[in-house]
Amino acid sequence: MTTTPWDAIALSLQVATACTLLGAPPAVALGWWLARREHPAKALVTALVFAPMVLPPVVTGLLLLALLGKHGPLGAMLDRLGLAVAFTPAAPVLAALVVGLPLFVMSARAAFAAVDPAYDELSASLGDRPRRTWWRVSLPLALPGLAGGAVLMFARSLGEFGATIVLAGNTDATRTIAIAIYALLDRPASGPDVRVLAWSSVAISLFALAGYEWLARWQRRRLDLPR
Amino acid sequence: MTAPLLDVELRLPFGADDRVLTVSSASGRVAVVGPSGIGKSTLVRAIAGVEQRARGHVRVAGEVWQDDRDGILVPAWRRGVGWAPQDARLFPHASVRENIAWGLDAVPADLDAVCAALELRGLLDRRPRNLSGGERQRVALARVLVRPTRLLLLDEPFGALDRALRARVIEALCARLGAHPVVLVSHDERDVAGLVDDVVELG
Repeated sequence: MTTTPWDAIALSLQVATACTLLGAPPAVALGWWLARREHPAKALVTALVFAPMVLPPVVTGLLLLALLGKHGPLGAMLDRLGLAVAFTPAAPVLAALVVGLPLFVMSARAAFAAVDPAYDELSASLGDRPRRTWWRVSLPLALPGLAGGAVLMFARSLGEFGATIVLAGNTDATRTIAIAIYALLDRPASGPDVRVLAWSSVAISLFALAGYEWLARWQRRRLDLPR
Repeated sequence: MTAPLLDVELRLPFGADDRVLTVSSASGRVAVVGPSGIGKSTLVRAIAGVEQRARGHVRVAGEVWQDDRDGILVPAWRRGVGWAPQDARLFPHASVRENIAWGLDAVPADLDAVCAALELRGLLDRRPRNLSGGERQRVALARVLVRPTRLLLLDEPFGALDRALRARVIEALCARLGAHPVVLVSHDERDVAGLVDDVVELG
């Protein structure tokens, strides 16, 4: 293994940042839609989005590989376009995106559900079209909860292992913290490196969860709810 | 005979039953009174265009805002109402000033005059959570008074005000409204005397 623990930590932070940024638009849109709209397909969409939360991540990885591997239906197509995903630097991002997204969507759904639709009504009566109401009322009132969802997704993505090892493998370009620890475990004299990786994970995760708590309190303050 | 300025007939669901509420007023200055639970607030919501379950017609100053026979339903944001709901409903993420000027392109010219009349000066930079119930109600009133509206919908606007302040606010409102159309929901007929021409009793 040629990477140092710090390379793995840097890669993990990059992967978690990238997949959280990529996940934000769909998570916010899905969360709003699930909280505010009735639709016959809602149960199906909910099941599909939240499945990775209850499936073993390894199984999610296998499904992604079946879809995106060289011989998968989507993977073969992407391969012809020169956009291979499996075992490339895009793979850990995609694996973490699929596994982490449900946490963001769930927080977004709760955040939008907590905003009283009465504010939307009032905004409309004051002349705001629905789109403007969404930007000026629904989104800002839900914002702390949305940010909390982003933090949760970031924290979850940071430690993603099961789906990542299947879809991305253990290569220099895909060795995140969790994969690096796994690779180091059966090497002699790897103790110091493993400790650096493990303690960094713990520190980043605790920091993220503290941020989540702070954001949740901000949400209650913002909505003028009892603390 | 000219059509009344305000002509409303709406069927609204109440538990298992429907109830038809009718309001007609030549001048459009009307108080709606009646016991609580009779549907006064729901009626006001329907006129504002935010009550999805209302069926019937709403005609204001020659415009049709809703007529289910003709499939007409003007969305709330195009009605130009000034709706002050009973719970005031100030946007919690905006200051008092931002609440009052909500959706307006510029700070309204008479913001200071309205705030002075409603005794709101000194509160403009606060957040709604730092206001009392009576202060919230007056901010909601200011919000509808500083903007151009075709019809004011004031739902129990004085409920949280003490007697002396209530008298002063009503006086200020009278002076400001003139002949402007207003639907005023109240359970206290003493409030409505100078503000309206007609009283509709529901129930």
